[in-house]
Amino acid sequence: MPNAKSIFLNTLRWCWFALLVLIAFGYLVSGLSEPSSDDEARPRISNDDIAATVNLVDQHRLASLTAAGLESAPVADWMTICRRLSLALVGNQMSLEEIRELQRLPESERESVHLANLLNDTRFHNYWAERWTRFLVGTDEGQFIVFRRRRFRLWLAEMFSQNRPYDQMVRDLITAEGLWTDKPQVNFLTATFDSNNGQVDPVRLAARTSRAFLGLRIDCLQCHSDFLGNVSLGDASDSRGGLQTDFHQLAAFFSSAKTSELQGVRSGEVDYQYTYLDETEEVSVEPAVPYSPELLPTDGDARSRLATWITHRDNRQAALAAISHVWALMFGRPAGDAVDNLPVDQQTDPMLGALADDFVAGKFNMRRLIRLIARSAPFRVDSRAEFAVTDEHERQHAVFPLVRLRPEQVAGSMIQASRIKKTDRESSLILQLQTLIGTSEFVSQYGDIGEDEFTTDAVTVTQRLLMMNGGITKDVINPDPVLNSLAHIGMFAASDDQAVQSLYLCVVNRYPTESEQKHFVDRLRESPNRKKTREDLTWVLLNSSELAWNH
Amino acid sequence: MDNLMAFSRRTLFGSGSAVVMSSLARRLAIADQTGETDSARPKSVILLWMEGGPSQLETFDPHPGGRIGGDVKAIDTSIKGVQISDLLPRTAEQMHLTSLVRSVTSKEGDHARAVYNVKTGYRLDPTLRHPSIGAIVCHADDGVADIPRHISIVPGQHPSRGGYLGPAYDAFKINDPAGPVPNVRGRISKERYDRRVSDLYELVEKEFRRGRLVDLEKRRTLHQTATNAALRMMSSEQLTAFDVSQEPKGELEAFGDHRFGRGCLAASRLIEVGVRCVEVTLGGWDSHITNHTSQQSACETLDPALSALLTRLNERDLLDSTLVVCGGEFGRTPTINPAEGRDHWPHGFSTLLAGCGIRRGTVYGATAPDPPRDREDPLDDLSDAVTVADLHATILTALGIDYQEEIITPVGRPLMRSEGEPIAGILS
Repeated sequence: MPNAKSIFLNTLRWCWFALLVLIAFGYLVSGLSEPSSDDEARPRISNDDIAATVNLVDQHRLASLTAAGLESAPVADWMTICRRLSLALVGNQMSLEEIRELQRLPESERESVHLANLLNDTRFHNYWAERWTRFLVGTDEGQFIVFRRRRFRLWLAEMFSQNRPYDQMVRDLITAEGLWTDKPQVNFLTATFDSNNGQVDPVRLAARTSRAFLGLRIDCLQCHSDFLGNVSLGDASDSRGGLQTDFHQLAAFFSSAKTSELQGVRSGEVDYQYTYLDETEEVSVEPAVPYSPELLPTDGDARSRLATWITHRDNRQAALAAISHVWALMFGRPAGDAVDNLPVDQQTDPMLGALADDFVAGKFNMRRLIRLIARSAPFRVDSRAEFAVTDEHERQHAVFPLVRLRPEQVAGSMIQASRIKKTDRESSLILQLQTLIGTSEFVSQYGDIGEDEFTTDAVTVTQRLLMMNGGITKDVINPDPVLNSLAHIGMFAASDDQAVQSLYLCVVNRYPTESEQKHFVDRLRESPNRKKTREDLTWVLLNSSELAWNH
Repeated sequence: MDNLMAFSRRTLFGSGSAVVMSSLARRLAIADQTGETDSARPKSVILLWMEGGPSQLETFDPHPGGRIGGDVKAIDTSIKGVQISDLLPRTAEQMHLTSLVRSVTSKEGDHARAVYNVKTGYRLDPTLRHPSIGAIVCHADDGVADIPRHISIVPGQHPSRGGYLGPAYDAFKINDPAGPVPNVRGRISKERYDRRVSDLYELVEKEFRRGRLVDLEKRRTLHQTATNAALRMMSSEQLTAFDVSQEPKGELEAFGDHRFGRGCLAASRLIEVGVRCVEVTLGGWDSHITNHTSQQSACETLDPALSALLTRLNERDLLDSTLVVCGGEFGRTPTINPAEGRDHWPHGFSTLLAGCGIRRGTVYGATAPDPPRDREDPLDDLSDAVTVADLHATILTALGIDYQEEIITPVGRPLMRSEGEPIAGILS
């Protein structure tokens, strides 16, 4: 009997050990946590609350098309629109799992449900936090070391998670006080320490503020008044050339930010001296705003006055700057020539104007703004048409513009294509690690475009080599029975037709056309090595313009 | 087994009997024997990038024995009356080929900002990304090559970028030339690769173009154009220029058995096949603690590679068409800190230039051997101070590029290639 007991205990011990190993393996490759039950409990979003403004935006678009004598393309199919939403909000395309879940819903609900899901997704909060970090503090590391940047990004992610109103977020940034470790938003200011001997740099903050929050490029006024007619300030109805004083008066607001090692950034007295061009003596510069001075409060701390002015309901230029940035993130390109260049003397695009009015009336609600843009005709219209599409059709929003994806979007889409389920915080540790390292390496080789997020350059030879022969491509097309969608499809697709369809859905988020379906199914049937043929099809789709461009 | 795609240098050249000698290999071989090269060759630049900020005092501007000199000694060079650090003995023998500028100044003491400044000639500007020297050189002419004309070998943290000229002018990055060139091997049979490319363009791309922007390829994506160029590169004989194993053992040893040495050798080979700018990075200069040891270690790598590169280029008559620039983002403080290190010092550091358009055997500018500790303006201790922008104007002038020509930037702002003034004293 002692023998039997010993055997039993040993068996039990080994079984227990095996169970632990199994659990650990399962955790590593698949993750343990179930998708949040909130997903199912999440209310379906009605679009009634935004219908009036959407209608107004669409009317403006129609009017401009009519005036230009242009025809509009039809509305795109739901899967294309949902792909655009995913690219804009989480930086990669849809997973097969997401597509299948949406297909269970009535077609009329799919876009709204997908948008609601994305807005509540941590991927959205993190992705937008990174994009906004880039334009708020730049991409240069310098003394603004990785950790500080990370703190700032996490704070922004929390803001997007809470849907903190835009005006309050801007105020948080401009009036930030404290230590960078304790108050992450203060890093908006401390990011400029490296150019001003460990103190907040008013000059860089003036340049950053004018571009990010006012949509004005007045950097050249730092050195001289405008003599090329490039910078117009003052009121829209009575504009004037930009002056060197405009820049330095704006910078003077930030001179009230004093820094001490113990307390971090604190508010103090304005103390800004500058020697203007062609002058010989330094003068004391008082804070002033470059337009609409009547909106600037007369009392209070300088930075607080500036924040109040920027977020004033009647500061339409500042509201337009916010619209411009959100629009660019949604479309991958600015509505006009540049995301941060909205000259005060130029007529406002009536669509952006309608969005700005709603944004202010809706108390600077970012999610509402995103929903408005997502439901508007410019976002939902197809990128292809029966008529000959020209650049002018794109400019007038008669078609959705073809925009090259940013490097992190390409990498994210490729990694997502290799998975059936969406890649997020609930994915396995291995997948999360692979995503992090893979994206970083890919972006480094593909060419990080830094702060110039919305350039429209064509693809380069280096990029094509990376897509054709690079590591991520290899990972995606190498069938891995545990982690890879290609292997899953190979093992579980009921037919060649289904295999081809599933690969198309995974990689380019659409069904194949009839001719594509026939071609690749025939290829599979005739192939002596079906595995290799599936790899080849995946390579073809990964290397298509369709994957690398928003359309 | 598949007939694997023959894109690697080893397949092209290394398998013996089936190898067809390429024109490139022939040219390199002839040059090996005769030292002759093409006299009509366009001008190129090799940038030896000393990442981290080399100490001028331990390299090209020693002041031994004094308060600031540290442990370094000075040795004579092939320029009469000019001494450099004893950590660079081989380079000392080639100094007659060079011009040494000992008075470069900038306003940037932070690595990232200073790298940007020295590589582009401009200070960081939130409105604009400036192109690096290599991008400017490639942009200034319309030359073509199967392989990229702007290459960064062992890229550091901040490889050269195209800036407002666009990512097409970014440096193509490779690591140690002892390894393969990244992403140029198809890993499958040519037949299978061709089938993939055919399916891509005959079917999927055709479908993508349907109903979309007229002339999509030419007006927007350049997808097939770039793919064709990539395919050309994958099968190009010019790829062998990366392969330093083609060189005799003695040549490899002369440059040094390390990735920087191999990088310099590869740079020379790449210039011969038409590459316009090669950047080779050597790190290890950021010596905030135990300065002498760090500088000594980095110099041991730099010295053989730099001297061998100058020798090779000179022997092959390539110095007439190739500019070699050796420098970093700033120098290091004259004072030695309590950790026996030297900190960042942008107020007078050294840059070595040699080759086309540059006078031989010249030293320009000087730093004070014993500067006062309480000097308010450190530039007062310099003679013939030049700025980083001046250095850029000099480099562009030496390369025959109009440094004052204005380029219209994407924001519509005309900008000169360089806002400095050439250093006339070192131009030939």
